[in-house]
Amino acid sequence: MMPSMETILGWAIWFFAGSILVSLVRVVIGPTTADRMTGLNMVSAQILALLVLIGVRAGRANYLDVALVYDIFGFIGILAMARYFGKEHM
Amino acid sequence: MSWIAILFLFLGVVFGIIGNLGVLILPDVYTRLQASSTASTTSVFSALIACMIVAGWSPMTGKIAVIALFFFVSSPISAHIIARYAWHREIVPWRRSFAERQVLREESDDD
Repeated sequence: MMPSMETILGWAIWFFAGSILVSLVRVVIGPTTADRMTGLNMVSAQILALLVLIGVRAGRANYLDVALVYDIFGFIGILAMARYFGKEHM
Repeated sequence: MSWIAILFLFLGVVFGIIGNLGVLILPDVYTRLQASSTASTTSVFSALIACMIVAGWSPMTGKIAVIALFFFVSSPISAHIIARYAWHREIVPWRRSFAERQVLREESDDD
């Protein structure tokens, strides 16, 4: 008996939620700022996948707009952090 | 059709586990960045392709394609930005021979 597609998407959502928590360990314990930015990059990518999976499981196209805007803001956030912590402002 | 989606979700899970292990275990910023950027890109792409297959031929597929296109552009650029930041902060790349040479040099200084 094969589980339905909704159940399998639910498993994937739970896996990505746990994976985000594991990635947050590097954000907390990272020795340098670049380590923390690496962890944040990974967390934002996995949150993008999580939002898309939730949107497809719910069958609503509105949630995908949230995912796209989250991706854009994650990229701009990394850009701003690299600019702010860089040598020009020290 | 759904078997292909399940296969891509499984691939996403496997690549996610590999990427998390790499980010936790590897010794340096650059090696961690390599593990995180490659593994998270493949993991998220597998999940997005599985979502496109599940959604079928609908407007959702187009939206997911736009998200995948933007992610395909932005993820390597942000990895490059982080590597460039670390390089400008003069973080030395990890090498085993370099570390052993430092230890040997400190021991010879003690003598």
